[in-house]
Amino acid sequence: MSVSSWGWLVLLFPLLGSLTIALGFRVLPAKAAGIIGTVAIGLAFACGIGALLSLLGDDPEARHHASSLWDYASVAGLDIKLGIFVDPLSVFMVLVVTGVSTLIHLYSYGYMQSDEGYHRFFSYLNFFVFSMLLLVLAGNFVLLIVGWAFVGFASYALISFWYRRETATRAGMKAFVINVVGDIGLVLAAFLIFRELGSFDYGTVFERAPEVFATNEWTITAICLLLLVGAFAKSAQLPLHTWLPDAMEGPTPVSSLIHAATMVTAGVYLIARTHTLFVLAPTAADIAAFVGLATLLVAGTIALVMTDLKRAIAYSTMSQIGYMIMGVSIGAYSAGMFHLMTHAFFKALLFMAAGSIIAAMANEQNIDKMSGFGRAMRFTSITMVCGGLALAAFPGTSGFFSKDEILAYATARGGMYEIFTVLGYFGALLTAIYTFRLIFRVLPGKPCPEAQELIDTGHVHHAHPFNPATGEEEDTEVGFPGAEHHIAEQSWPMRAAMGVLAFLALFAGVIQIPGLDEVVTHFLDPVFADSPLAEIVPSTGADWLGLGIGGVISLAGIAIAYWLYRVNPGAPRVLEERLRPVHTFLFNKWYFDEAIELLVVRPALAIGRFANRVFERFVVDGLVSGTRDTVRGAGGVVRAVQNGFVRSYALLLVAGFAGLALYFLLSSS
Amino acid sequence: MEEVLFFVSALGALGGAVGVIAMRNPFYSVLALIVHLFSLAALFLLLTSAFVAAAQVVVYAGAVMVLYVFVVAYVGEGGEPAWEPIPGQRFLAPLLGIALFVELSIAVLSSSLLALGTQGPDVPAGFGDPAAIGRLLLEKFLIPFEASSILLLLAAVGAIVLASNRREGVGDPSERFAEEEGSTPKAPAVPRPFDEVPSEEGSPTPSPGGLA
Amino acid sequence: MNVDWFIVLSALLFATGAIGILIRRSPMVILLCLELMLNAGNLALVAFSRMVGNGQGQVFAVIVMVVAACEVVVGLGLIVAIFRRRLPLNVDDLRELRG
Repeated sequence: MSVSSWGWLVLLFPLLGSLTIALGFRVLPAKAAGIIGTVAIGLAFACGIGALLSLLGDDPEARHHASSLWDYASVAGLDIKLGIFVDPLSVFMVLVVTGVSTLIHLYSYGYMQSDEGYHRFFSYLNFFVFSMLLLVLAGNFVLLIVGWAFVGFASYALISFWYRRETATRAGMKAFVINVVGDIGLVLAAFLIFRELGSFDYGTVFERAPEVFATNEWTITAICLLLLVGAFAKSAQLPLHTWLPDAMEGPTPVSSLIHAATMVTAGVYLIARTHTLFVLAPTAADIAAFVGLATLLVAGTIALVMTDLKRAIAYSTMSQIGYMIMGVSIGAYSAGMFHLMTHAFFKALLFMAAGSIIAAMANEQNIDKMSGFGRAMRFTSITMVCGGLALAAFPGTSGFFSKDEILAYATARGGMYEIFTVLGYFGALLTAIYTFRLIFRVLPGKPCPEAQELIDTGHVHHAHPFNPATGEEEDTEVGFPGAEHHIAEQSWPMRAAMGVLAFLALFAGVIQIPGLDEVVTHFLDPVFADSPLAEIVPSTGADWLGLGIGGVISLAGIAIAYWLYRVNPGAPRVLEERLRPVHTFLFNKWYFDEAIELLVVRPALAIGRFANRVFERFVVDGLVSGTRDTVRGAGGVVRAVQNGFVRSYALLLVAGFAGLALYFLLSSS
Repeated sequence: MEEVLFFVSALGALGGAVGVIAMRNPFYSVLALIVHLFSLAALFLLLTSAFVAAAQVVVYAGAVMVLYVFVVAYVGEGGEPAWEPIPGQRFLAPLLGIALFVELSIAVLSSSLLALGTQGPDVPAGFGDPAAIGRLLLEKFLIPFEASSILLLLAAVGAIVLASNRREGVGDPSERFAEEEGSTPKAPAVPRPFDEVPSEEGSPTPSPGGLA
Repeated sequence: MNVDWFIVLSALLFATGAIGILIRRSPMVILLCLELMLNAGNLALVAFSRMVGNGQGQVFAVIVMVVAACEVVVGLGLIVAIFRRRLPLNVDDLRELRG
């Protein structure tokens, strides 16, 4: 089968799965919905493998296939096809997305079991995977935007999955609105591309761009900046990042899939895909890199003080995506994409483990109340430690190889880019500290009451259902989480998924060992061959040096965390007291939410109020009512003539006749 | 001689006209109109229109006025004040009438009809005879002739329909008037039983709504 | 006799009829005033016919008489119908047709 056919099949299965579950939710038993959902994505993964194998059968130079189903719009100079573009980059993304999604579907099969909205969940999840694949496989900017928008919708639907929870719906709206801001940027960029280059199709655009634009012309810079707006909104980079922590209102599999592994990486994919344009606008690329760096550091510092388990992991996601964005912006394409892949593995795993722990805590997410799960939930803790090691880039894990390769590249590029290396390593230190802060707070130590209950009875603690954010009591009906909570130890699908991911998190680094095999780099070479930045290849020695420094830093971070949270548990509180302003600043997330509220939300509301009170009432309504009143008044005046008296009518007749005669007399004399 | 006849007839016509509009009793108005019609017939004769004069007397004064007399006798009105203007119209009505007269006169007299100042051309002997009128009616004005006969038919049918004895009780508006008094009201002396605003009862003039 | 005397007389009669309509309240009398106006018109027609010298004006006058007769018939029928229903014969009271 040809590569393109595999590509279409990849798209087909999740869509079919979503539709089947959506249309048949009344007749399908819950388990069937879960199986259909998981199998659909599994088939998509299989087709992804098929596409990969077909692609590998091609000459490396010819590994790009565009295929279109039909012409979507072919009028007036527009030629938009419903077409996909299969090349190493998209196949890479397809494999990552479908692979991790299959595992997450498997996890959800167990985790969401007692939820009333089980069918809805799988339908949405499948739809999300379909949209993400559409985004990744799109062959032209229009279809990319379609996939982009669908992904935004799926994210909204899944964040507000428990739609009767007020905090969840608000978070969903916030995510959607910020994503729409990104969409605007993306659409404007697409317009400009069409205006300058005359086509939406990837092949045409990337061929023509170097011919039409000189380097750093303002048009191409504008296009790239607008693309960046879209990328930043979707990937939760500064300043459009405020939606991601709130998005943790969604169920844990959602956080793990969308907000760790796939959707938030769409921005990275975008920059990688349009790298040709970014090469022509180095200023924009540098801006992207600096934003990524800034996000990395800001998110890292916030994660140091976060007490909500899922939010802390969310900030970690933001930080790691900052690495990826930095990577693909400065030219470390394959390193950035590889980090995307490994991050998907260990972050999804971390979320899964967090979900298991939160389930054991009956929906409590505050780590201040958690401890001692190391003994109560062995499997979960082991996998959590695996994920944490990978995240902290412990030597030998996949994270080690991926993250530090980016920094090595930055060193190799030299000059200004050394900043990225230095601050990147600082960020790595922060990463290690906050990751193991979480692990050392939650896992070891004296078991908290819920953990004790688990140890003693083997039953998951069952509390009154409540909203972890506000503490108010809730129902367990549709729109709320279900009555039961499922932990990994008691659910084999969860264990299977977490086990696979733990293995990958630890050992996936072997495919990209510098100097030995660089599978990912070689695979992605043809895609990035046209970029001059791809020619900067750090020597193996430099690579290993970078890796070595990274390893040392990672160990240092783990050690610091160990000292702060195990050896000397009073130290964090002392630090907090001494640095109270800093702590408050970090705890309030650098006041970004408040800043946005002040700068954007309040003016918008004020404009709305003005429009309502002044403009609507006086101008619009004034026009309408004014017209109405004028007509009515005129009618009233005229109506007074119709008083019913025959004689007054006769008088009018005579008067009219007299007047007319007078006029004619005067005009003729 | 002709002038004398003219002035007498003119006076009769004018007197009859003024009598029509000034008399209180409608019966007297009808009689005044009959006088007016006879005077007009005399004026027609002065204009050598014998047939029209005869028709005037026979048809108008004879048939139409008799009809009027019948109806006035049937309706039996009498004794109403002569002039009850709508408020605001007290001066306008005569004023406009006079204005009308003045304008018409000016219009006619100052027109370029040269023949106005004359007596008219010499007419042949049979001018105004029934034969001449008849010839015109049947030759040149055949269609208006036939149309007017259809009109007469329509009018006759309409009169029958209007004055026929309908079945009482179905939407008879007189019941509305009977409500207020509880007895059979007489037509002219009914003191405004169907004023919507109750405060108007008793006031002789209707509520101001009249324009001009 | 000059024709213009007849015309002026006709105008005077017409104006008188018009004033009568505006002044009087009883539909009977209003109809009578209408007759006045019609006859004034007839007089003018016949006078002009004499002035011009052909009989067309007189034929017109005859037709006008026919029309006047029809109108009187219908009008009186109305008055009879009103009287039969015991409504006041007073144009100021018969004013339901209004806005």
